[in-house]
Amino acid sequence: MSQDVLRVDGLHVQVGELELLTDVDLTVQRGERVGLIGESGSGKSLTALSIMGLLPEALEPRGSITVTGEGGRHTQVVGAAERDLAAMRGRDVTMVFQEPMTALNPTMRVGDQVAEVMRIHRTVPDRRAAAARAVELLDKVGLPDPAEAARAYPHQLSGGQRQRVVVAIALANDPALLICDEPTTALDVTVQALVLDLVVRGVEARDAGMLFITHDLAVVASVCERVLVMYGGRVVEAGAVHDVFTRPRHRYTRGLIGASDLDLTREDGRLYTIQGSVPSAGRFPAGCVFRNRCTHATTLCEGLPPWDGAGPEDGFACHHPVVVKP
Amino acid sequence: MTLPSGFSRLATGLLPAGGQRSRRAVGATIAIGGTIVGLIALVGLLSLVWTPYDPGAIDPTSRLQTSSAAHWLGTDKFGRDVLSLIMAGSRTTLVVGIVAVGVAAVVGVPLGIMSAMTTRWWGEAVMRANDLLLAFPALLLAIMLTAVHGQGVVTAMVAIGIASIPSFARVVRSGAIGVMKTEYVLAARAAGRRPLAIAFRHVLPNVMSLVIVQASVSFAIAVLAEAALSYLGLGAPPGTPSWGRMLQEGQELLFVAPRLEVYPGIAIALAVLGLNLLGDGLRDRFDPRLRDRR
Repeated sequence: MSQDVLRVDGLHVQVGELELLTDVDLTVQRGERVGLIGESGSGKSLTALSIMGLLPEALEPRGSITVTGEGGRHTQVVGAAERDLAAMRGRDVTMVFQEPMTALNPTMRVGDQVAEVMRIHRTVPDRRAAAARAVELLDKVGLPDPAEAARAYPHQLSGGQRQRVVVAIALANDPALLICDEPTTALDVTVQALVLDLVVRGVEARDAGMLFITHDLAVVASVCERVLVMYGGRVVEAGAVHDVFTRPRHRYTRGLIGASDLDLTREDGRLYTIQGSVPSAGRFPAGCVFRNRCTHATTLCEGLPPWDGAGPEDGFACHHPVVVKP
Repeated sequence: MTLPSGFSRLATGLLPAGGQRSRRAVGATIAIGGTIVGLIALVGLLSLVWTPYDPGAIDPTSRLQTSSAAHWLGTDKFGRDVLSLIMAGSRTTLVVGIVAVGVAAVVGVPLGIMSAMTTRWWGEAVMRANDLLLAFPALLLAIMLTAVHGQGVVTAMVAIGIASIPSFARVVRSGAIGVMKTEYVLAARAAGRRPLAIAFRHVLPNVMSLVIVQASVSFAIAVLAEAALSYLGLGAPPGTPSWGRMLQEGQELLFVAPRLEVYPGIAIALAVLGLNLLGDGLRDRFDPRLRDRR
């Protein structure tokens, strides 16, 4: 039986009158890898922070976010007490951040930083066991001479090595859900593949769920099974990676895929782009959020497009979907 | 209008030509400042076990002597050995400086970190109270405290310490705000770390360089403030060896025996110079723009 490790229902996030996330539905099951794609400013990272309960104080979340950890322990994130959130973070849900240069404390040895997360949640009996386990984890993430690396300070490691340490920290407590927020964007292409492989193997070994945030569609295609496309703080399309990428239905998804295909050119020989740029929060049009940049927009698009699909896992919200020729 | 031809040469001469050279200059600054401060500390320690004469011993037969083999820096109007007084006086200076900086750091650093970590109203309130305190000169504070608690070294230390709190709180707050925005603090929160642990494990170590620099700068200010207070009769009471006191006692003999002003004056100037050099050097050493060029 499949088991949801993350269930987000009707999540709204607003600051004052401004709505930043609107009606986001999202589930991740055990062992499932779900991608979250979209341009910068579409609400991907905000969704991740909401799940962690790490939204800045000015932002108010509404809706329901349920995280199910080890032994069926549920945490209802929205409205939870700080104590319960602290117990969940780093144990049931962990996170890999974008920037390996700043994700580690420069004044602490990396071994101590790996050991710390296990000590917080008492998943190891004592300090010595934590240190030993830290070296073991650093070995697992492929750092040469892990005992030596454990004694190093972050500035003594390269970017790729640091990101490996960050992955080791994220996997230390065998989380039920791993959230990766553009974990490879700051890395060299050659290092990217190695780190991605590491993350995927780590998640598979633990049968954990993964939410993978990126704007790199190629990475999603190689890592994830399901994908959600976000734009303007809404999920505009969802489905299996293969279906969404080969037969996009929402005009925005189509635009994204067209823009990322470097072999595909327009009649004039230029690459495809999505015209215009992402409006700043609060400047999105009413109705369909994409209609001011969409070439197919009509007056119909001034009304909110309904979700067309079997459920939140598969569907789209567009008045003029791409029609697939049989 | 054209600039004088020497201008650009002057400007390039002032700017560090490269990391290598400026780093050497920084190293020299720290070394010179550290040596001066170290010597003063050494003299202070030495005076605990040995001074040429008992600094408190009054000897009317040898009043106001000039420098000689017996009294290297001469004697004052009571016949006390000036060298012994300066050696013993360094102790007062050091103790006042250490305690004042300690008081300021112990109160100011947590205030700065707390106000940086909270988004609640009281974080802002702490900083406004801080501004209020900043408006009080250390001397005024010391005069007020002396009026309430009486004259003494302890009163002076506490007054100087309280007056130094705002600069610590300010510097630490601005540093801590920067640290709070880093991903490793977000990562620590994402790992389930509670705020107090984040303050101690992540914020404090990363603002420590600022604290050290501020400590050496505040120490220099404390040395000056102690001398000023003792000179005004608000610091060290009669009988306690202190550089500021020596200045005050020698004042009436300024035209008869100016050396009674010169020697403690040099001691004070040297101490402040050493501490300021050390502070400047450390600040440059900890400057992230220079740090990575190792």
